[in-house]
Amino acid sequence: MSAESKLMSMRDAIAQHVPSGSMVLMGAQLEQMIPFAAGHELIRQGRRDLTLVGPISDILFDQMIGAGCVSRVLAAWVGNVSAGVGYCYRRATEGNIPRRLEVVDYSNFTIALALHAGAMGVPFMPTYATLGSDLLKKNGNLREFASPVSEETLVAVRALRPDVAILHVQRADAQGNAHLWGSLGVAVDGARASRKIIIVAEEIVEPGIISSDPNRTLVPGFLVSAVVHEPGGAHPSPVQGYAARDHGFFEEYHERSRRIEDFEDWLSQWVLHLPDRREYWKQLGPARTDALAVKHHAFSAPADFGY
Amino acid sequence: MTHRSETDITARPYTFSELMVAAAAREIRDGEVVFVGMRLPMLAFLVARRTHSPRAVGLFENGIIRETPSTQLLYTMGDPPNIFEATQCGQMLEVMSLLQQGRVNVGFLGAAEIDRFGNLNTTWGHRNNEMQRLPGSGGACDIAGLARRTVVLLAHDRGRLVDRVGHITSPGFGTGGNWRRSHGLPPASGPSTVITTLGVLRFGHDGEAFLSSVHPGVSVEEVLANTGWTLRVADELIETKPPTDAELDVMRELDPHHFWTR
Repeated sequence: MSAESKLMSMRDAIAQHVPSGSMVLMGAQLEQMIPFAAGHELIRQGRRDLTLVGPISDILFDQMIGAGCVSRVLAAWVGNVSAGVGYCYRRATEGNIPRRLEVVDYSNFTIALALHAGAMGVPFMPTYATLGSDLLKKNGNLREFASPVSEETLVAVRALRPDVAILHVQRADAQGNAHLWGSLGVAVDGARASRKIIIVAEEIVEPGIISSDPNRTLVPGFLVSAVVHEPGGAHPSPVQGYAARDHGFFEEYHERSRRIEDFEDWLSQWVLHLPDRREYWKQLGPARTDALAVKHHAFSAPADFGY
Repeated sequence: MTHRSETDITARPYTFSELMVAAAAREIRDGEVVFVGMRLPMLAFLVARRTHSPRAVGLFENGIIRETPSTQLLYTMGDPPNIFEATQCGQMLEVMSLLQQGRVNVGFLGAAEIDRFGNLNTTWGHRNNEMQRLPGSGGACDIAGLARRTVVLLAHDRGRLVDRVGHITSPGFGTGGNWRRSHGLPPASGPSTVITTLGVLRFGHDGEAFLSSVHPGVSVEEVLANTGWTLRVADELIETKPPTDAELDVMRELDPHHFWTR
């Protein structure tokens, strides 16, 4: 059987696999490898009524909420990690601007467990987390139950099965066999829990590179729907071994999203008036992109898979 | 009454944040497993490792486990220097499972609001009588529920230290007494220490906070006036020990421009 290439442009991947109304997992690796390029393409293609799922979201959810793409968020934390609150998130939750937003508050552990249950194909996972909290009272996907095997109360965390997971990784082959290293977060369970997977990769490599180090494989290609070659697609978040975090960009976004008029300017400048990631990269300019390049490579010792 | 120690006159000047970091670092005992968090607790973990707790192990919610802390200033726990030379980069589920097993000795948290029983709110705040949406739990609810000891750092004012939080994002001792057990939380768990800009609070057996120490130059009256309930005061109230030279050296090496310790 010859493996079929799943390589496509970001525009096509989003157009084919992420319709309005989808439940989308993004930001699975927390502050690393956030799929900003995919999020911006969703904004450009005018998606509406998305449900966003993720543990924390370092400004990508805020941008998509501000752009009006989102009607529901299932997350533990939404904001700007190094700068503070997310202003678009606040406008939406406090004043329905630009539209009403339903928030289902999780903790990090319970989001991880919800995806773990989804990945295992079972209806829930048990935990002690959130007992005594108002998250448990308000989130209908967290339910107290009496343990059937011990004398105690636990919380059942209902499984989540996102329609699509969008995962930025270091490298993948054209079939979607993907290598991820560094910050894993909930990427492993998030990928398996989701009905479709879009892999966004810094590099496209030969299949032999992936199979040379199978412990590093995030997901086998047969589970993947699309592969997008998008170097720099995670900017301003970092990619271990490929790019530093652009702290200044998060700070600028903080300042420029405080007022809605400024946010609209920001969105226009960095998303709506750019056709694709290549132009975004040009707009960043070489001084900025050079500063983010890896300065000291640190390759791991090779592992011997011989026999 | 003003507490001002002799050492205060001769010691190197320091900021309130640096005092808080030093106090937080002293909450970490050698060999303990620590759920670190960011900002001031991150620095506290580094200070502890480099001074009195050289064998403390740091866990991060993104799945990272470090026996040797990064020597770079971190803006987030996912910054590449925090992954470089880590002991393990696993899944979030793995570090959270260690927490649930009771294998995390101490977890550090910040909060917008804390109440007299150590319950934390980072979900809905108030400003000028308007509800203000805050970022949410992150891992705070998990850590507050499951770490053996929880240490909270926050600025001390009446708007933050309130009688009852409007929303329990992260459970402390609830309404006191047997509340945690009756809600199914593990027996050896709960808030241990609250380090503010004015002093240090600890908790009695009934789950209610009391003032344990005041920072140099701060009066008890000032602490009470800035607390939203009638705060109990320890019989043997002491003054918070200022940061030592060794502690300040570590903080300033890692944060020379006072990004976190303004």
